[in-house]
Amino acid sequence: MDLTYSDDQKAFRDELRAFLDTKLPKRLSDKVRLGKRLTKEDHEEWHALLQERNWHAGHWPKKYGGSGWDAVQRHIFEEETTAAHAPRVVPFGVMMLGAVLMQFGTDAQKEKWLPRILDGTDWWCQGYSEPGAGSDLASLKTEAVRDGDHYIVNGQKTWTTLAQFADHIFCLVRTSKEGKKQEGISFLLIDMDDPGIEVRPIVLIDGEAEVNEVWFKDVRVPAENLVGEENKGWTIAKYLLTHERTNIAGVGFASEALSNLKRIAGLEMQHGRPLIEDALFAAEIAKLEIALMAMATTNLRVVSAAAEGQAPGVESSMLKIKGTVIRQEINNLTRAACGPYAMPFVSEALEPGSNIEPVGPDYAMPATADYFNNRKLSIYGGSNEVQKQIIAKTMLEV
Amino acid sequence: MNFDLTEERQMLQDGLRRMLGDVTDLKALSEGKYGWSEKAWGQIAEMGVIGALFSEEDGGFGGGGFDLMVVFEEMGRAGAPEPLLEIVLAGGLIAALGSEEQKAHLEGVIGGETQLAFAHGEPGSRYDLERVAATATEDGDGWVLSGRKSVVTNGAEADLLVVSARTGGEVGDTDGISLFLVPKDADGLDIRDYPLAGGGRGAEIVMEDVRLPADALLGEKGGAYEAIEAANARGVCALTAEALGLMERARKLTADYLAQRTQFGQPIGKFQALQFRMADLIIEIEQSRSAVINLAGHLDDAREDRELHVSATKQLVGQTAKLVVEESIQLHGGIGMTMEYDLGHFARRLTMTDHRLGDALYHLGRFTRLRAA
Repeated sequence: MDLTYSDDQKAFRDELRAFLDTKLPKRLSDKVRLGKRLTKEDHEEWHALLQERNWHAGHWPKKYGGSGWDAVQRHIFEEETTAAHAPRVVPFGVMMLGAVLMQFGTDAQKEKWLPRILDGTDWWCQGYSEPGAGSDLASLKTEAVRDGDHYIVNGQKTWTTLAQFADHIFCLVRTSKEGKKQEGISFLLIDMDDPGIEVRPIVLIDGEAEVNEVWFKDVRVPAENLVGEENKGWTIAKYLLTHERTNIAGVGFASEALSNLKRIAGLEMQHGRPLIEDALFAAEIAKLEIALMAMATTNLRVVSAAAEGQAPGVESSMLKIKGTVIRQEINNLTRAACGPYAMPFVSEALEPGSNIEPVGPDYAMPATADYFNNRKLSIYGGSNEVQKQIIAKTMLEV
Repeated sequence: MNFDLTEERQMLQDGLRRMLGDVTDLKALSEGKYGWSEKAWGQIAEMGVIGALFSEEDGGFGGGGFDLMVVFEEMGRAGAPEPLLEIVLAGGLIAALGSEEQKAHLEGVIGGETQLAFAHGEPGSRYDLERVAATATEDGDGWVLSGRKSVVTNGAEADLLVVSARTGGEVGDTDGISLFLVPKDADGLDIRDYPLAGGGRGAEIVMEDVRLPADALLGEKGGAYEAIEAANARGVCALTAEALGLMERARKLTADYLAQRTQFGQPIGKFQALQFRMADLIIEIEQSRSAVINLAGHLDDAREDRELHVSATKQLVGQTAKLVVEESIQLHGGIGMTMEYDLGHFARRLTMTDHRLGDALYHLGRFTRLRAA
């Protein structure tokens, strides 16, 4: 047992820190720190800066333009960028579709799409959930019917994150109604400029419209955009669920949220003393910090095994549950720390370019928005109930 | 022992539930500036609901703890953000401390024509009632007020503000706090208003040499704390009853959704894992109901007993509100996070009840200290 990073890993960390120190624009880190909403250009600017070092998709093999990071390096990257308030790397292209194409794509598909993910030519979003297919994803109904060298797609996707920025969407679609429902699903790449696609924003309880409904009406998709075999899309979906989850615990986010909580509790006053000196409040913070310390090590255990080539199984589900619950509890306590100033809610003040002066301390409204927004953590990416089902099914012999 | 509502209160409850069900338009609220509806307000006043918050000698026909509970539980059930709590607080203080001339304002209040706000909290006070830093100094035969009041609910809409200011003692002393009646158009009053996360509107109020006549003083100079604490107790009773109504509605929306939403070929309410969580919600909401009944029944007790119930009830309801908000959203899944669906409004409003008049942790600490005393 050795709980510390190796010299190489430390050197990598120092290199990252120096990069973040000099290259991360303060304009961007301020926005992230203050909970402001990012524009598409903000994301693209950050992706381009990372790609100057081949770090936009650092875990991709070097031959595809990555840096060949192992799981520990990816973890260090996530930890350091979060601590520096860098924008998160938008995951749909580099994390999700990239992994799918490398595993299941044809050479032609890899050559066509991977460079465009990397240099930001294409912005991808994920078309999985539907109004009638949430936790029961395999019951999805969006239909793709083969017509010569095209598929004709009809149906509706929902909860599509950042579809408003995207020009492409990868979708699970139904190509067969025969047999088991899992066996009639295919994985299709769709250009969102195609006629027949409509995107409608959904306003969430934090006032933001980061998710959307995406409608398809007789959308013609070239058959060459099918990834993997027809009716084998469920295999791809499952692969993504187990292999692309290195940051599922969100340890970096949780650590950052915890420091933010402590900072706020140090600034807020109760009975004329900093709130953080209140024994009850301090104990609530301590409980979360203790849980986070243990979870960080669980995460490293999984990361370390992954770096040695083991595919994470049920551990992904455990980390997803523990990680999301800890983050949500930190968000809850942060909102509580803000006291009465958690109530004012001028949603427009979080929009890019807004110069509306915050009501009360500048951290208060983002704390409320984050609390509501992060209720999504236990719902998306396979709800925590679905994860518990996976753990129970795997671990119990009943 | 009798836990039934009187016939009058039963009628008030039924009538109010029907009326609010008809008049409350959550979509219009969230699309507008997230304030409250004048139409709903008119009907609330017309039904005599405001009168139910005052005793007969103050021109009303109720004013007891269970009157507050009935009215506010229905307001919560409807998700109605109309500023009635401000009337319990500010109007309650006018009723408790006012001269005959000052109490004459209550007629307009009960009739729904006069809007009130209680400008008490300050940027550094958090939930402490005694932490008043704003000052009032005597000037000739009048008063001059200076200082800041924060997150004053209904502050910009109020015709009349009940404002606390210090006429003696140090910040944090219970002695030396005075109350004043301030008209909204007083010179030197700067009001910035904004929407609140739970509906309704709040305001930051800066007072810069606000000059008031001698008769603006409400109650005795420097001796307002006791009345503020008592009004706050009634406010907590009202607010926790509202939270109870909000929880009941969130529970109902969730139960309906579990029966209607189908996944894996059956209504998700058939899954035992979800049934058990619903059962937990039902148990905890019943606990909250009993806690609100406790407070409503002890509002007129001696200060020590009353305040013990204030903190006990606010703690328990605050803790339960968090559970109900989070579980209702989770059991719904994504749809529970949207503003297009009613739950979003209830979740926000319910969450924000914990940010008024002291949150669950604050009252846990306060209960501990009161018990130890």
